Amino acid sequence: MKVSIFDVAGPIMVGPSSSHTAGACKIGQIARALFRGTPTNVKFYLYGSFATVYQGHATDKALLAGVMKLWTSDSNIRNAFEIAKEKKIEYEFIPFKISTPEHHPNTVRIILENRNRKLSVVGSSLGGGNVKITQINNVPIDLEIMAGRFFSIIIGHENAPKVLDPLYEKLKEWGSAIANSQTCSVKKNSVTILNIEGFIPKLPQVLELEKLPGIQFVRALTKLLKY
Amino acid sequence: MRKMEYKFNNSTELLELCNKHKLPISQIAIRREMELSKKSRAWIRDKMKDVRDTMWGAIQKGIKNSTKSKYGLVGGDAKKIYEGMAKMGKMLHSKVTVRAMAYAIATAEQNARMGKIVAFPTAGGAGVVPGVLFSTYQHMKSSKRKMLNALFTSAAVGIAILEHGGTFSAAKAGCQAEIGVGTAMAAAGLTEMRGGTPEDCLNAAALALKNMLGLTCDPIGGLVEVPCVKRNAMGATMAISASDITMLGVKSFVPMDEVVEAMMNIASCMDEGVRETAFGGLAITPTGFGIREKMGLPKVPRKYLKKCHNCKLKNLKI
Repeated sequence: MKVSIFDVAGPIMVGPSSSHTAGACKIGQIARALFRGTPTNVKFYLYGSFATVYQGHATDKALLAGVMKLWTSDSNIRNAFEIAKEKKIEYEFIPFKISTPEHHPNTVRIILENRNRKLSVVGSSLGGGNVKITQINNVPIDLEIMAGRFFSIIIGHENAPKVLDPLYEKLKEWGSAIANSQTCSVKKNSVTILNIEGFIPKLPQVLELEKLPGIQFVRALTKLLKY
Repeated sequence: MRKMEYKFNNSTELLELCNKHKLPISQIAIRREMELSKKSRAWIRDKMKDVRDTMWGAIQKGIKNSTKSKYGLVGGDAKKIYEGMAKMGKMLHSKVTVRAMAYAIATAEQNARMGKIVAFPTAGGAGVVPGVLFSTYQHMKSSKRKMLNALFTSAAVGIAILEHGGTFSAAKAGCQAEIGVGTAMAAAGLTEMRGGTPEDCLNAAALALKNMLGLTCDPIGGLVEVPCVKRNAMGATMAISASDITMLGVKSFVPMDEVVEAMMNIASCMDEGVRETAFGGLAITPTGFGIREKMGLPKVPRKYLKKCHNCKLKNLKI
């Protein structure tokens, strides 16, 4: 594990709890970045201590604020419900009393929906504002977002050999170096996370990557770089 | 990948690095971050300056603000202490300690009001480090550079705890991982600020954390208010005490790394009711039940009530 100083000394955030407010907000941001687009309907399934104390810690507001791209230090988090009403985003919080052993105590499943697509993301808040994404569309992964260190892109693709080779070529062409990568597969679907350095692909390039054969989606977590 | 020269996995390795390079902990922390993030020294210092300014902003707002939090559990205590301090002549603690308490409560109250703070190490224990460091900084009239270095030292101790398998999550290890760790970090930073060696810093951290072992997380109504806010103030006095007796030559019998291991040992046998679920300890006292009712929270499950001492005393139906 590589812990940055600013994982300990930070984040700069709005209270009252780093794991229930800042962490929750960050999970929301990641879910939104993975979704790409404006959701019209968001459901939050809360587990463990998220389920029992979410109102007092403003976890609900923070999750919703994260989904609406607010920062952890944005004092508008307390008005999240009003902003959601303005933006016509429907939301629902469903606390689950069971705490399954494989879940970290602070876990949430976010299901984002609009007319075109649906995405489910499971994330845990590890304390101190650090979060971990453990599932994307039911594919288990282990993505610890240490924002500010690397630029991450997340690729959903078919579980076939060499399907990612053309993508690596492209990245090499643009001058990006891959710091590390991680792949998880369930049956026919795989999710790969690349942490890259050097050249950072912008939206047009990401869209170009998405058109490659065998690739279902490519998401860049650019906006999460600074916090 | 290139081998990292300033990498450390626990506080023993951190101390070895300090002795090898003849540098204080803060400089090792900066160099480690430079290697890790490949950013310049100036960039890292600037980011830490942001952290410092946010902390100071929260303290300034907190000591002037006397509004209560949403459910009225906390608010106004920082102002009381800070303003009363000047008038009262018969305090037993030194002015530094009392001011540290005022600052710690100010930060924690700002946090409870959903104000902007730095989670250092977490939001629940955010008051200890700024409280102790800013109060000492004012007392010693030390330079801004020293203040910044103290923050780096504090953070380095936090990193050593995390890298050694520790955690900051109260849901996993109770309050010892939040305010306890915050106290250890503050003790180390304070010791460096007043001129202690790296060994002194880690010794102070060990003494502070050792004393906070076993602290549970049992917030009333699940809010980060009672006992969290005042516990920050008590943590601040503890950090100052640990640093003081370290400077007088007291050594911790158990080294820092083993204290962290002990913290995790205790975490593994901690009941779920006292790990941020608000189903144990202070949360199920008559006062705690009162607040639960006021907030309209769901009932406490039966298995937690079986361990409730005051319920047995009053023959409540379980």
